[in-house]
Amino acid sequence: MAVCVAVIAKENYPLYIRSIPTENELKFHYMVHTSLDVVDEKISAMGKALVDQRELYLGLLYPTEDYKVYGYVTNSKVKFVMVVDSSNTALRDNEIRSMFRKLHNSYTDVMCNPFYNPGDRIQSRAFDGMVTSMMIQARRGKESLVARAPGAWSPEEAAKGGAEDL
Amino acid sequence: MEAAAGGLCGSGPPLLLSEGEQQCYSELFARCAGASGGGPGPGPPEAARAAPGAATAAAGPVADLFRASQLPAETLHQITELCGAKRVGYFGPTQFYVALKLIAAAQSGLPVRIESIKCELPLPRFMMSKTDAEIRFGNTAELHGTKVQIPYLITEKNTFKRIDDEDKQQETQSPSMSPLASPPSSPPHYQRVPLSHGYSKLRSSTEQMHSAPYEARQPLVQPEGPSTGGPGAKPPRHQASLIRSFSVERELQDNSTSYPDEPWRITEEQREYYVNQFRSLQPDPSSFISGSVAKNFFTKSKLSIPELSYIWELSDADCDGALTLPEFCAAFHLIVARKNGYPLPEGLPPTLQPEYLQAAFPKPKWECALFDSYSESIPANQQPRDLNRMEKLSIKDMADFPVPTQDVTGDDKQALKSATDEALPKDMSEDSATPKDSNSLKARPRSRSYSSTSIEEAMKRGEDPPTPPPRPQKTHSRASSLDLNKVFQPSVPASKSGLLPPPPALPPRPCPSQSEQASEAEVHPQLNRAPSQAAESSPTKKEIPYSQPPSKPIRRKFRPENQATENQEPSTTVGGPASVATVKPHPAVQKQSSKQKKAIQTAIRKNKEANAVLARLNSELQQQLKVLGVELSTPFQSSPDIP
Repeated sequence: MAVCVAVIAKENYPLYIRSIPTENELKFHYMVHTSLDVVDEKISAMGKALVDQRELYLGLLYPTEDYKVYGYVTNSKVKFVMVVDSSNTALRDNEIRSMFRKLHNSYTDVMCNPFYNPGDRIQSRAFDGMVTSMMIQARRGKESLVARAPGAWSPEEAAKGGAEDL
Repeated sequence: MEAAAGGLCGSGPPLLLSEGEQQCYSELFARCAGASGGGPGPGPPEAARAAPGAATAAAGPVADLFRASQLPAETLHQITELCGAKRVGYFGPTQFYVALKLIAAAQSGLPVRIESIKCELPLPRFMMSKTDAEIRFGNTAELHGTKVQIPYLITEKNTFKRIDDEDKQQETQSPSMSPLASPPSSPPHYQRVPLSHGYSKLRSSTEQMHSAPYEARQPLVQPEGPSTGGPGAKPPRHQASLIRSFSVERELQDNSTSYPDEPWRITEEQREYYVNQFRSLQPDPSSFISGSVAKNFFTKSKLSIPELSYIWELSDADCDGALTLPEFCAAFHLIVARKNGYPLPEGLPPTLQPEYLQAAFPKPKWECALFDSYSESIPANQQPRDLNRMEKLSIKDMADFPVPTQDVTGDDKQALKSATDEALPKDMSEDSATPKDSNSLKARPRSRSYSSTSIEEAMKRGEDPPTPPPRPQKTHSRASSLDLNKVFQPSVPASKSGLLPPPPALPPRPCPSQSEQASEAEVHPQLNRAPSQAAESSPTKKEIPYSQPPSKPIRRKFRPENQATENQEPSTTVGGPASVATVKPHPAVQKQSSKQKKAIQTAIRKNKEANAVLARLNSELQQQLKVLGVELSTPFQSSPDIP
């Protein structure tokens, strides 16, 4: 479902960033960059509580007219940022959470690789594949939407298409 | 079929091949063609891909094969010309078969003529020479010294031994196989294109076929398998018919041979090598190698870090940051493959999956039992191998094949990590489905990583040979001084009367042990001397000398010696180590009688070190002089700081 997925290191530089509409990458990069401020804000807001109590999933960081940006922070302050197309189904929160969970699992797998130095760019093919699967679903969701309702677009149909693709 | 092909092509003389010859040649041809598909370098695969239907064998492996026939070079040239390869420019099936026939003729001593192949001939024999193998594996020399070459050399020899065995077997079984001979001969013409199409495709096809063989016990059905499997060519299928008469185990072997991932099959020699390497890193073969250790080890292979990272990703199936034995073998195999120029696969080939490896390579004690049963059917299974050296399955490769008790159902990943014995029946049940797919599986590896740390420690312990600290057998150790202490106590009362006056008069004699344990002795003994000597001086505290021994263990060993020499020494020695060893003089006094014997023995020992001891005594005496000065000023004191 995602249009862009980014993994940001603790020091706020990107470890992995990939977007589907490759022609407009810069826009997504900028969006992810600006979302980091929101992430920090959210972290500090609940920062008074212990780190353990802080929830990893941050939820919707901010919406734009075309996109919605969701965030997720790990306990080691590695941030996952996901940009989702606003028009692409009313994605349920659970779906976003599950996507982040998958991201987190794949990220952990990458970290388990002893040849991966923390702080390097993520070049794991397995990680790539997982992210692609997340993004391709989004693509397919869009296409199915178009196919189903070429003329009129209704939220119900969009939800159906999105749910199926999930 | 070959006859028909020969007739169709028309470029060569009509070939009349027996079934055995047909199969042998077709396998060899498939091997050469397959080698072109999976051979080192990206060039040949494209060539094979470009001509999937033309069925050409690349010149390289063919040349190697011909050289393996150990015929002189001229003969080989003649054969090449005669078979028509030179004319057409490539080794098509016809040319190849003609060439093989000519080789057989030459090996039988017949002149190299077209006419000679018209008669019945034994199958050509190919023996790999060491030099050839070495040349091929020259680039692996840097990998792990010469060790890596050895498995390949052996596998090379075994490759063609296998051919011979298979030839014999085919000849013996050809009559029974005649109905099957023709259909099986078609699969070999499924080119080794699958290799060039990508392993993912292969895997999908093998997965399809994986289930089929399990059900289709009848080898008769199997030849149809390949046709249904599409590009998943199963040249061994026709060999399945060979092993039809064997037990169920062999049929299961057939299932395992259905994997066309030839470069990714681990031979027995390779397996042993990997296992030995694993043992060198981790003595316990059923536990893990931690990530850092494996990283250091694999970095020695001088592959690039991204490649090593990718290989790790492929082989660490459960992503726990540690490698079990099967995972390690897979990783090692991939590294060796990469060093030999094979492109890394997109996904872990099924023959390298941990479950497969664990089932295919049971523990050594199991293998012995399996060898005997499998010895006959080896060649059948291994045949289709191209000249790819990676996975030459030798006669001993029977162990490759899963144990008969395979369960198709039941997936127990944890069994992999447990004792392999139990894992064997369950492992094969794990399908080639990548373990990464299920999150539940991931949950388990996470917990496993914790155990890996303990294993790492164990490994470290195992790696660092415990070097016991040198224990001076001399009496300078505390233990001996302890003995001395006890030893000395019995003797103390003997000189008790004489000891009373000496303590105040003479500073405690430094003993040799004290000088050695200067750091300890001076800190503790001095402190202890104070209380001990104070105790000595106090008449209320029994015998002063008794108190002294307990306080200074260092000095004790010297006590018997001192006793023998001077009365004063015991007191000094007593003062020294008293604190460390026995704290209270009371228990020491009670043990006198029992310690007397020990005292005598130790005294004898100590007397031998008198010279060195005296020198140390000097220094100690000086120290104690100062202490005594303090001691005398403060009369009786308990010894609070006895350690």
